[in-house]
Amino acid sequence: MEFDTIAAVATPMGEGGIAVIRVSGPDAIEVVDKIYRGKRKLSTVESHTIHYGHLYDPQTGERVEEVLVSVMRAPRTFTREDVVEVNCHGGIVSVERVLELILDNGARLAEPGEFTKRAFLNGRIDLSQAEAVIDLIRAKTDKAMKVALNQVEGKLSRLIRKLRQNLIEAMAHIEVTLDYPEHDVEEVTQNFLREKCTEVKEEIGRLLQTARQGKILREGLSTAIIGRPNVGKSSLLNSLVQEEKAIVTDVAGTTRDVIEEYVNVRGVPLRLIDTAGIRETEDIVEKIGVEKSRQLLQEADLVLLVLNYNEPLTPDDYAIFDAAKGFQVIVIVNKVDLPQRIDLDEVRRHFPNRPLILTSAREETGIDQLERAIADLFFSGRVQQDDLTYVSNARHIQLLRQAERAVDDAISGIDNLMPIDMVQIDIKKAWELLGEVIGESVGEDLIDQIFSQFCLGK
Amino acid sequence: MNATYEAGSFDVIVIGAGHAGCEAALAAARMGCSTLLLTINLDAVAFMPCNPSVGGPAKGHVVREIDALGGEMGKNTDKTHIQMRMLNTGKGPAVHALRAQADKFAYQHQMKHTIEQTPNLILRQAMVEELIVNNGVCEGVITQTGARYSAKAVVLTTGTYLRGKIILGDLQYESGPNNMRPSIRLAYNLKELGFEMVRFKTGTPPRVHKSSVDFSKMEIQPGDDVPRAFSYETTEFIMDQLPCWLTYTNEETHRTINSNLHRAPMYSGIIEGTGPRYCPSIEDKVVRFSDKPRHQVFLEPEGRHTEEMYVQGMSTSLPEDVQLAMLRSMAGLENVKMMRPGYAIEYDAIVPTQLWPSLETKLVEGLFTAGQINGTSGYEEAAGQGLMAGINAARKVQGKPPVILGREQAYIGVLIDDLVTKGTNEPYRLLTSRAEYRLLLRHDNADLRLTDIGYEIGLISEERYRKFCRKRELIEKEKERVMNTRVRPDMPHVQEVLRAAGSPELTEVIDLAQLLRRPEITYQHIIQMVPAPEPVPEEVAEQVEIQIKYDGYIRKSLQQVERMKKMEERRIPDDIDYHQIAGMSKEAREKMSKIRPLNIGQASRISGVNPADISVLMVYLEQYNRVRTAE
Repeated sequence: MEFDTIAAVATPMGEGGIAVIRVSGPDAIEVVDKIYRGKRKLSTVESHTIHYGHLYDPQTGERVEEVLVSVMRAPRTFTREDVVEVNCHGGIVSVERVLELILDNGARLAEPGEFTKRAFLNGRIDLSQAEAVIDLIRAKTDKAMKVALNQVEGKLSRLIRKLRQNLIEAMAHIEVTLDYPEHDVEEVTQNFLREKCTEVKEEIGRLLQTARQGKILREGLSTAIIGRPNVGKSSLLNSLVQEEKAIVTDVAGTTRDVIEEYVNVRGVPLRLIDTAGIRETEDIVEKIGVEKSRQLLQEADLVLLVLNYNEPLTPDDYAIFDAAKGFQVIVIVNKVDLPQRIDLDEVRRHFPNRPLILTSAREETGIDQLERAIADLFFSGRVQQDDLTYVSNARHIQLLRQAERAVDDAISGIDNLMPIDMVQIDIKKAWELLGEVIGESVGEDLIDQIFSQFCLGK
Repeated sequence: MNATYEAGSFDVIVIGAGHAGCEAALAAARMGCSTLLLTINLDAVAFMPCNPSVGGPAKGHVVREIDALGGEMGKNTDKTHIQMRMLNTGKGPAVHALRAQADKFAYQHQMKHTIEQTPNLILRQAMVEELIVNNGVCEGVITQTGARYSAKAVVLTTGTYLRGKIILGDLQYESGPNNMRPSIRLAYNLKELGFEMVRFKTGTPPRVHKSSVDFSKMEIQPGDDVPRAFSYETTEFIMDQLPCWLTYTNEETHRTINSNLHRAPMYSGIIEGTGPRYCPSIEDKVVRFSDKPRHQVFLEPEGRHTEEMYVQGMSTSLPEDVQLAMLRSMAGLENVKMMRPGYAIEYDAIVPTQLWPSLETKLVEGLFTAGQINGTSGYEEAAGQGLMAGINAARKVQGKPPVILGREQAYIGVLIDDLVTKGTNEPYRLLTSRAEYRLLLRHDNADLRLTDIGYEIGLISEERYRKFCRKRELIEKEKERVMNTRVRPDMPHVQEVLRAAGSPELTEVIDLAQLLRRPEITYQHIIQMVPAPEPVPEEVAEQVEIQIKYDGYIRKSLQQVERMKKMEERRIPDDIDYHQIAGMSKEAREKMSKIRPLNIGQASRISGVNPADISVLMVYLEQYNRVRTAE
């Protein structure tokens, strides 16, 4: 049977160091070949073999990931189609990036249950299991619907509705001038359209930024390590930033060499704020303290509040407690290798529902628990509990990105003086993609809009 | 019913000789079927009861498609029009559209004469009252005078005649269009046969006397001064054209309407039928768009040998005295003489989801329907369906499979697929926005899309087909040349032509195709740089330019088509019991049972059917096929 080529993340997010992205369909090998560079082209390798190499973005030439790629040719595969599995690092950022590259190069994001469906349709799965396959599709779809419904209440879908309304009004205006050329409706000008598209593009950009998931996937969970001087922030930082995990970025336009560091904690990307500040000032007592902590809190999604096990709480600690209330806080009591001088009950009283972790950066104890606490906080309920929720979110981000690109195409069409009905092709695509995010079908909406917005007749 | 007599036997009988019926009868006869065309009034063959025009966006595309398939509407318009204009010339090639002002009377006479001269075709005046149906198969018709005609296939094109009712102010009476006799008994016969019917409404504006119009207060709308034609075969062009005129409604017009709304059948509840949103009456426009200070009104001649003019934009069912007052409130119409009042007309149509995509009814084998009876409006929509119904009736008689045009092939395909898959809640009008592959369904390439099919079914002559193939070859050859010819900056004329076109000069070697993709560069420019070895005909140059210039967009559309086609290749057996498919939503099961889609692609376009339903259906079908194979 002839299908198109689909792709999806096959392993649950956030677990384990390795993720698998599965690509299936007649163009699976060709698609991955476009972005893969290794010893041999995948189209020339034997079936059921694994290859080491790197993925590149063909647009920019940028190296994206270090990967192992398995090539399995039809029919001895799960779907009985050509299947390529890309094994990459398990962090959300890298998985997303790889999936996106694959989707950009000719595959389509798989529907819920689609691999299994294909396996069945291609005769891989026994007839007796047909009912089970139907149930699976049903269940996965219902779950996805539930997620979508939850978001219907949300700000995201309200914003998307608004964007779609903006787009459809512009589209109706264009369509009227196309279908009723002699009607006294003002022609849509290139400038008007460019403005509209730019507006929508910026809104989508903002959406992608504010959508928490999107932001985290792209930028990492913005994390502040706060505490008064000499509690061990620096050594804790060093424990988190182990050589093999750390990605230290050089942020352009700043005078300091390094102001942010990325670490991948059990699949959660953390963006540690002002690590340079911590390192530089750890010894200079007067420069770091309450004020600095307050400042860092402003941009933090996650707060790691560090206390000293070996000292009683000070007025500065209390001031920082006050500042940190209401944030996602993990309380870390460091230096448990030294005698206890801190009143832990008092700390718990201030942060009753927050995790409290005892660590010794020096002896490397408690770091595991800390990492688990971070992962739990991030994945609990929101992301990991249900892998479908994640898929659905990833789908939304993917759709939003595609919509953004479609609007971009529209703008470049306008800039290249393409006729308005050509530009409309990309605008309509953006509108449809946005509709998919909130599960609204295409239908007769546009025609309805034309006739409610304009007065036409014989 | 009176005593009946055997009146003859035909392959195909077409009931109704409007725009659908004429095309159906001509197609069937030309395909070699003995064909009978019956009409209530011989003087109403190809009658235009409303606007005297043919074409425009989407509709004009359909006329071109009809011509490429060997239909008559384009040729008939080319022979009789009083004006032609290409619309949307400032926009992309996909929405360029030819529109003709028709000479209503000449159009009718020409069409009637063509029919009369066509071999295998008999035109006769008769009112059909009953279909002869045995065991679910249509075997003929019985007329009011008792004539029994037997047939292997029947095409029903009843227009607005079916239980037609004219409404004008408080006045209402049973009537077909323009006071023709309505068809009443046939409507009941269809109900008895089990067809689900709906009641639709449409309307027409008043007509006025030309000599009573002061054109000095209006804007003139002349035709194009270049030769234009719908048909690819037309060689003689009418250049002596009549203009149309534009005026506007004003506050006083709107006041007149608003103060008489209580007398408007639209608002008093007399009208039950659903009217089209895209053709609202003037009273509807004034009420719904009350903030609009004026509406356009065009005055269009109804023909060369008449003083009667059509007042486009003023469709109404208000009482006659109000109609006159509205007209006289407008600039240039202060002293106008009204010749006929406008009116609304209600009529019966069948719910079109009861049809197969071949336009054969699911309920009665051998019975085809086309035109307004299927819920559409517009001469062109009717003609397009009529042609397909005629073709498929003839093919049925000849034992051949039906011809079904795809949504990526023709507006006619879009139209029929919309009707039979989605149905319609109002009289359906084609719009270019209904076509998802608009860029592929251009006015200019109707011949490239459809001539092969027209030839295969036997409606395109050998000679025409040879000419067409030659054109197609020339296009490919010239495209090849343009794509493979390199231009160097130091070649003669190159920079000069670019400068003159306001285009940046060349700094490196590129091919002609790349140059042609610049917005300001046309095919004419590039042949000034590197002339073709042999002169390239204009219609070939047009194709080369469009196909290369918009190549990026065209390819995007083709990719989408590819996906859709894969879905359409998955056929659904007719005996599927959708109620058995547990994983499908209730709505999807019900809709699919009713519509019985032919393939997965069609199923996915049914409203209320979501992608999960389609996935489940595919799994079910696989299960079904495997069980079948095992048995």
